[in-house]
Parts: sequence; C-alpha cells; structure tokens
Amino acid sequence: MPARGEAGTGMSELPEQQRRLRVFLVDDHAMFRAGVRAELGVHVDVIGEASTVAEAVTRIAGLEPDVVLLDVHMPDGGGRAVLDAMRRTHPQVRFLALSVSDAAEDVIGLIRAGARGYVTKTISPDELAAAIRRVADGDAVFSPRLAGFVLDAFAARPDAPVADPELDQLTNREREVLRLLARGYAYKEIAKELFISIKTVETHVSNVLRKLQMSNRYELSRWAADRRLV
Amino acid sequence: MASGIARHLGIPVVRVRIAFVVLLPLSGLALLLYAAFWAVLPLQARTAESPPQRRNFMSLLPFVAIGLGLLLAQTLTFGFGALGVTGLAGWLVAIIAVGAGIIWHESDPERRRQWSETLPRVPWLGAVVDESDRRAFLLRFIGGGVLVSVGIIGVVAVYSPAENFGAVINGIIFALVGLAGVAVVAGPVLWRTYNQLRAEREGRIREMERAELAAMVHDQVLHTLALIQRNATDVKAVQRLARGQERSLRNWLYKPVASPTERFAAALEQAAAEVEDTYAITVETVVVGDRETDERVGALVAAAREALVNAARHAKVQTVSLYAEVEPEQLSVFVRDRGAGFDPSTVEDHRHGVRGSIIGRMRRHGGRATIISEPGDGTEVRLFLPTSRESVTTGKDGS
Repeated sequence: MPARGEAGTGMSELPEQQRRLRVFLVDDHAMFRAGVRAELGVHVDVIGEASTVAEAVTRIAGLEPDVVLLDVHMPDGGGRAVLDAMRRTHPQVRFLALSVSDAAEDVIGLIRAGARGYVTKTISPDELAAAIRRVADGDAVFSPRLAGFVLDAFAARPDAPVADPELDQLTNREREVLRLLARGYAYKEIAKELFISIKTVETHVSNVLRKLQMSNRYELSRWAADRRLV
Repeated sequence: MASGIARHLGIPVVRVRIAFVVLLPLSGLALLLYAAFWAVLPLQARTAESPPQRRNFMSLLPFVAIGLGLLLAQTLTFGFGALGVTGLAGWLVAIIAVGAGIIWHESDPERRRQWSETLPRVPWLGAVVDESDRRAFLLRFIGGGVLVSVGIIGVVAVYSPAENFGAVINGIIFALVGLAGVAVVAGPVLWRTYNQLRAEREGRIREMERAELAAMVHDQVLHTLALIQRNATDVKAVQRLARGQERSLRNWLYKPVASPTERFAAALEQAAAEVEDTYAITVETVVVGDRETDERVGALVAAAREALVNAARHAKVQTVSLYAEVEPEQLSVFVRDRGAGFDPSTVEDHRHGVRGSIIGRMRRHGGRATIISEPGDGTEVRLFLPTSRESVTTGKDGS
C-alpha cells in the first residue's frame, strides 16, 4: 500500500516546495464540479471526477487520489455510501466532505463514517485548498458549525453516562480550541490566542475528530437525530 | 371473494357462491378454502371497481342466510340431535347474525363508504380494525363480547338440562374450539386488512406533505428566482434575495420553528437574519445550547445585534461570525469580523453605538462587554451575561 503513495509522488511533474496533491471530486452537480476544478487548479491537481456513487467507487479505487472531495447529498446513498465502500479497502485515501447542508445529522454522520473534515460549499478557494492540504497531512478540518455541533453534542450533561472518559469527554483545551473555531478563528489565530503552536492546535482538533468517530457516547447519534426531528 | 375466484377460474360467480354455501356445513371446509383463496388470490385494482364490489357484497347476504339455514338443518337432522339440541341452537345463531347486522347498520354511511373504498371485498372488516374512531371501536368490542357471551351461555344452557356434567364440559370445549377456529381464520385476514388501512393512511400523509412542499416551492423559491432574474444587474439585491431564500429553505428543512420571543437561539438567529437582509452580508451563526429568554437575555440579543450592525457597516467584509454559547452559569456571545478594524482607544468616544448600545447596555443588565480591534486586523465584540441567581438580583438592582 505505501508503495502506491510513493508512485504518486513520482508522478507529479512539477515539485514545488511540496508535491502537488492529487484530488478527486465527487459531486452530482456538473456546474459545481467545474467551478471547484477551476478554482483549485492553481493549488492542486484535480485528477478526476465522478457524478454517481458507483462511478466514484470504481474510479477512486483505480486512481487512489490523496484527497477526495465528497458531496454529502447524492442519489443512491450519497457521500456516506462512498465512504462505507472505500474506508476498509483504501484507508490511505482521505475524505473531505463538502456540502450545502448544515444539518447535524449529515455532518456528524459523515464524520463518523470516516471523513476527516467537513466544510460548506460557500468556503473560499484559498480556504478550501488549505483544508485539502490539512486533510492530506492527516489532520482534521472543522467548519465553525461543525465545531458548534461537537461542543453541543459533548456538552456536560448530568444524565449522560460516561463509559470511556478518554473517548466520551473533551478536555478543557479541546473545548477552548473548538470554541475559537466556532467563533471564526483560523488555526493561526487560535495558536496566537492560546499561546500554543499551530501544530498543537492541529493535534487538538485531530483528537476531537477521533473522539467524534470512536466515541460510543449515546448522545452523539441521539443528539444529531433530535436536532432534525424536534 | 367469490367473484375473485370466479374470475380466476373463468366460471360464473353464482356457481362459486353455491359451491361455498354447499360446502359450508361440511366440517368448515368452505371456511378454510375461503381463507386460503383470500390469501393467495392477487389483489385487483380497487378504484374503478369499488361500486360493483360493494353490490357484490350485498348480493352475498342471501347466500349467507341460506348457508346458515343449511347448517341449522343439518345440525337438527343428524349431528347433535341425540344430545338434546333443540331449536334453541337455531335461535342462538339468529341472535349472533342479528347482532352483527345491527353493528353493520349502526355505523354511519360515510364511514362505511370509506371502508368499502379501502377494502372492497370485506367492508365489514374495516369496521373491526379501523382504529381511528375509539367510540365505534368500543361499541363493536362490547357488541362482540355480548354476542360471544350469549353464545357460550346458550351452549351451556342447551346442554345442562340433561344434568350431564360431561356434556356441559363438552359444550364449553366445543365453543372454545369454535372460537379458536374463528381466530385462526380471521387472524390473517385481520392482519392484512390492518396493513391495508395503514398503507392507505400513510399514502394520505405523503400526499399532504407533497402538497405542502409544492406550495412552498411555488410561493417562495419560484418567486425568489423570478426576482433574481429581474434584478440580475444589481449584485447586492441578488445576494440579499439568494441569502434570504437560502435561510428560509434551511429553516424549513432542518430547524424546529421556535419563537424568537421565547428562545434565546431563535432570537439571536432572527437578529442575524435581519442584519443579513438589511446590509446584504452573510452572518455565520453558531449557537451552542439554548434557553428561555427574559428581559436580560433580550438585552444581550439587542447588544449582539448592534455589534453585527457595526460589523456590517464599518468592517467592509462579506462575512461576519456570530457565536453564542449557553452555559449553566453564563451566556456568552462573540461577534467577529476580519474587516477594517479600528483603534478602540481613539474611536470609541465618538461611537454612540459602541458605548451606549453595547457596553452600556450590557453593564446595565449585570453583564460585561469587551471590544478587541486593531486597524486592519478585524474586530471582535465579546459579550458575557452571568445567569446565576445572585447576579440576576444584582443585575436588577444595578439597572
């Protein structure tokens, strides 16, 4: 498996200070794909795109991109179906969910299915490129709204049984970082505000992502579903 | 039912019915066949054929009467004659038949028509399983109970004059076996009927939802699209229209509709929406937790709104972040932009908005406000309002 990744490095023709990332687009709206392709062209290599779940699964398996930009809402199961089909067999491919939906159920669902981050489609091209880079490096990307959802879902409630404190609770520092993310701070600004390095901020966010994915906390699924139903 | 078999086999309906009637007295064979055919035969299209179906059922009644008569005659002639069965058994059957008829006729015509539409073959089953009318259900339940009791008591009464205890036991066992047989036959049919009714109800709900969606799309989305086309040259107007429509669609799709006069989060979102509409900017709103509003919370929302307006007016950016968190001991609101910024020490005195509407207002209600800004580096307004009981009282005293 790692051999494939190195083959990818060899394939990039123009090594900048970092090698250019190979990105794959999955979205059922052709106009949106064209827009993203045009905007991202200067930052990364868009090596392919797909408009359906089935097409995405076969082409991603063949191309093995670094990062897949994944639309949440598509026919036949949406981004969730692509993630479920790929996560086992291609763990080295990283997924960044990109959606117009801000529904908690969708956001939390995609993250728990294995996406490394979630941004909305209104994100600026530069921010999107930065998010792709961050996901490719193994870090997590939280939109302000996702940070808010996590704070809400992990809120300390007296009736919430904590089975595994390591996974089911956020540390104070993680809470602080999430609050600043929700307030619209960039990673650099968070680092400055909390007097820590950017790398430390990234570590905190990645830890939160891991908790979000691994925790069996009852509230997570119930909370996300309730947000929609009430 | 009979007509279904007739169509299936390609023979006249009457012959099938006669066959059933003749089979009826023979060990319940007809009932079993009836149940089997009921389960196996394919459903036919209902809508167009509802009226004839209804008539078919009515025309079935004489056959049922003849069948009962045959059964009665058989019983009197051969079966239980030696055990002392008299004409009483016939009366019992008559009582049950009359009772069922009364229940059928008592139910109002409108409801019966609905049953007939849902279940063209056995409208009377609708009366048994339709759960939407509790009173009618109770009536049926009591009626059925009375009939069953009368039947059992009757059977016991018929057998007991012989002073033969074994015969009484036999009679009761006979009645129980009969009841069990009815349950076995009726169970699957009832279940199917119940499912049919449920499917029909769900279909009606789906229809209503579709109508609601169509109305929303028509009233709002199409209208907005038309306005956008008319204002295509005015970038600000297009932005405002698109953003307003997006917000309303999102609310419609994902959010509970809470009243801004009652809930903190709803009030804050409404304030953000107003600022978006007025100044054609985007407010990225994130609210964690929620609570009821009161006068002080209202003041916090007003201060946050003022901060948003300031950002929209002076920051010269498209996006402003609004974050609010409800904690047990305090409410906090942060309004942040990455815009022009200013030097608080020099400008603050001239800005009535900042001094009166934000800092002063928060102080009057027992909270505090901090404004952090640097020229070129954006602005953040931080608002805090303690919610513990002591601070509530001091807040009131201070105001």
